[in-house]
Amino acid sequence: MSDPSTGRARALVIMPAWNEQEALPGTLAEVFAHAGDVDVLVVDDGSDDDTASVAAAAGATVLRMPYNTGVGGAMRAGFKYAQRHGYGAAIQVDADGQHDPREIAVVLAGLHEADVVIGARFADKGAYAVRGPRRWAMQLLAGTMSRIGRTRLTDPTSGFRAANVAAIDLYARHYPAEYLGDTVESLVIAIRSGLRVQQVPVEMRPRQGGRPSHAPWKAAVYLVRAVFALGLALVRRWPAVPPHAPVVAAPEGVRP
Amino acid sequence: MTVQLLALLTALVIVVGILEMVRRRELREKYAALWVVVGLVIVLLAAFPGLLARLADLIGVEVPANLLFFLALVLLLAVSVHLSWELSKTEEEMRVLAEEVAILRLELDRVRLRLDAPRPGTPSPDARRPDVPVQDLPRPEPVRRDEGRA
Repeated sequence: MSDPSTGRARALVIMPAWNEQEALPGTLAEVFAHAGDVDVLVVDDGSDDDTASVAAAAGATVLRMPYNTGVGGAMRAGFKYAQRHGYGAAIQVDADGQHDPREIAVVLAGLHEADVVIGARFADKGAYAVRGPRRWAMQLLAGTMSRIGRTRLTDPTSGFRAANVAAIDLYARHYPAEYLGDTVESLVIAIRSGLRVQQVPVEMRPRQGGRPSHAPWKAAVYLVRAVFALGLALVRRWPAVPPHAPVVAAPEGVRP
Repeated sequence: MTVQLLALLTALVIVVGILEMVRRRELREKYAALWVVVGLVIVLLAAFPGLLARLADLIGVEVPANLLFFLALVLLLAVSVHLSWELSKTEEEMRVLAEEVAILRLELDRVRLRLDAPRPGTPSPDARRPDVPVQDLPRPEPVRRDEGRA
């Protein structure tokens, strides 16, 4: 089934949102202004506030989860929607404004060379610094992921990432829902299913609402959970490679 | 012996209680079976205390009660792991359903919007009843767009 307004080649912005009524209107306005010709799907992940109506008022399509399923669950629902409506590409953008909508086109353009493209913050681009255990966790993850992906991946926990048709098909069935699974494990799944993963440098902004936690013990817990998630991802059994993967080419018309 | 009587009574209460819950359909058979078996084993051990002693002797456990505790611990551990497994499976199934519900709801809203939109060029006053909420409108005949297919 395919909506007449959505051709095969269109790109879909998937924006998981949980209680984001404050940041959402601004982020959506920016996406519509700067992301070019894309459809926007806000996945309201069981919010208690007016996230759904705010998103609809801003002109986005809204998928309303009946209860909170976490970023992984929201994303899998988004990928299912993208698959059923025949989108050629899907890109995850955070509702809190951390991902600059001007960079959406840059990340999507990366699909010409890979099946999954990560918009990664580099040391030389953007002003985002982490220290202590959280930094070690990220370095460990980055090093391991780079090795198994055979490409330089400096920011494997970045949620700013695009997927082509092959990756959408994979993620619509097997997007991990556990903590850190939505970032780390989803990359391992892609790599081990034979898809190509690459990163493009983007600038990250501080979040519009909420604050990242820098408490040392929280960072330590994060490190332990990251190692656990990575270990699990590496020893788990993986779905068979989808029949038409890998498709190492972006569909036409993705570049706005 | 009062201890023996107590054990026997406890076991009987467990077995009868479980069977009653199954009868009322509050417990599914696959979970009940295990507890009925456990209850029957306790009944057996309570009725014939020599059984436990002989079993302990056979395995080489000095105090028969320790064998009982060991078996009970292993059983309880196995049951709780099994329940965690069932719960994980159920959560995953529920998650899939939640995704489907979310997508269906969106599609339903779209279809409704399309059906209720006044069609240009076809003034049909009987079809438009703005005073009646959408979901209360009788719709015995769905719009058939795929009549060609069997």
